[in-house]
Amino acid sequence: MSSPMISLKSLTSKTTMNQLLATAKSGACASSSCGSPAKPDDVDPDTWEKIKDHPCYSEEAHHYFARMHVAVAPACNIQCNYCNRKYDCANESRPGVVSERLTPDQALRKVIAVANEVPQLSVLGIAGPGDACYDWKKTKATFERVASEIPDIKLCLSTNGLALPDHVDELADMNVDHVTITINMVDPEIGAKIYPWIFHDHRRFTGLEAAKILHERQMLGLEMLTARGILTKINSVMIPGVNDEHLIEVNKWVKERGAFLHNVMPLISDPEHGTHYGLTGQRGPRAVELKTLQDRLDGGARLMRHCRQCRADAVGLLGEDRGQEFTLDRIPGEVSYDASKRETYREVVARERGDHVAAKSEAIGMVKTAGSSGLLLVAVATKGGGRINEHFGHAKEFQVYEASAIGINLVGHRKVEQYCRGGWGEESTLDDVIAALDGIDILLCAKIGDCPKDQLTKAGVRVTDDYGYDYIETAISALYAAEFGLEPLAATA
Amino acid sequence: MAFRIIASQCTQCGACEFECPSGAIKFKGEAYVIDPEKCTECKGEFELQQCASVCPVPKTCIPA
Repeated sequence: MSSPMISLKSLTSKTTMNQLLATAKSGACASSSCGSPAKPDDVDPDTWEKIKDHPCYSEEAHHYFARMHVAVAPACNIQCNYCNRKYDCANESRPGVVSERLTPDQALRKVIAVANEVPQLSVLGIAGPGDACYDWKKTKATFERVASEIPDIKLCLSTNGLALPDHVDELADMNVDHVTITINMVDPEIGAKIYPWIFHDHRRFTGLEAAKILHERQMLGLEMLTARGILTKINSVMIPGVNDEHLIEVNKWVKERGAFLHNVMPLISDPEHGTHYGLTGQRGPRAVELKTLQDRLDGGARLMRHCRQCRADAVGLLGEDRGQEFTLDRIPGEVSYDASKRETYREVVARERGDHVAAKSEAIGMVKTAGSSGLLLVAVATKGGGRINEHFGHAKEFQVYEASAIGINLVGHRKVEQYCRGGWGEESTLDDVIAALDGIDILLCAKIGDCPKDQLTKAGVRVTDDYGYDYIETAISALYAAEFGLEPLAATA
Repeated sequence: MAFRIIASQCTQCGACEFECPSGAIKFKGEAYVIDPEKCTECKGEFELQQCASVCPVPKTCIPA
């Protein structure tokens, strides 16, 4: 379990904002002047209001805000070749672990327990197993109960889109302003290779007919959401040899219909999951294939690059799953909502993030105007807040940033096994970490020991903890300047 | 004439429960069960049995 970004112990009613800010920075940086929480340049103000606290819709927000999922809607109206309903939806859950299914009342209890303990919580999602729009009564009951207790929590759901058009008006009425539709094709010929059957209008359809109905309903649902100003994220599972090239076409179609974000996820197809693809040997894409496709999609619908393919019962910041702390047996039978921690946290974030946005914008501007054709791939150990604040040995993943003439952009993440366990490092684990960092030029972390540092350097990955607790982009711009012989920015933050 | 659910196969997703036009399917104890008194096999309502058509696991909703 990774520790929260801000120590919860310090979140008492008497805590001052300045104390919290100091905690956030782990005592490493002097505070610079606080700018206003600015929005990224390419997002209009209304949209920014909707996404600024949503970790999945805003890459910027994912440093500060957490989501939780409740698995309340297990029934589904589609069979997908990458899903085995006998256990769980393999593409939305890590292998081998079955989600805890909840009734709407149990879900309410869990959401309140998490809201009381995780101040970063801003979003409640219903994301499987099953389809939230098909198993509608349970979805609706959960949203209504939670919204009446915690009115400011954002509600969102994931759906395959088949039953979506039937519920768009109710979604709008309930102020659900984020919906994810999984769209893997716009050509039914390709759809027939992904979906063996659908259940619609009281009967089961198969083959081309099934894929055609699904496609039409998905497009209709997307258009209806766009017409009502509900932001829509499109998830696509990249299946090599089936729909990989085709996703370029999918990207065009969904952009034309107003999709806000397109998230291309790699197929997960381990034989032991028992999915059709797992059993037939359909492979998932390699990391480089996924990135190549994402790069080709740049310029179409805005791409989501920070997805972690989280579990359907995930809790916490993206990249951290605290779900196991909040299973039903660990939650008190009676809970009542206490808004104080979330409110205090939001005030802190509003200040901290204005500072971050200003520093980030300055750093990116420097790299853009440098006029260098150089390209730098940088891996970063972070536990949130947009800062380099994780020790190398504690990291379970590294965020990957690309610095080039187009700026500094998050391009993905590399999962690793935690190297340091109880004070000592495992040699074989280090080999795996080095393999996972293939192609990375420089690794940034808050701290690293001499031994792993030497090993990494030998393997061609330069490592430094000189920028520990700095903002990620500020550090990368300094490295970029040094690398390509430019004038670095004066240190900020 | 009725259908039944093979409990060991059932994923307990509950889709059959809300698709059943006769209200014959309920969650009892640990499993979904079909009340043979109420089950009509969807005769007169649908061409095929709704529970079997929506069930994600083959051979789980079958003739009793």
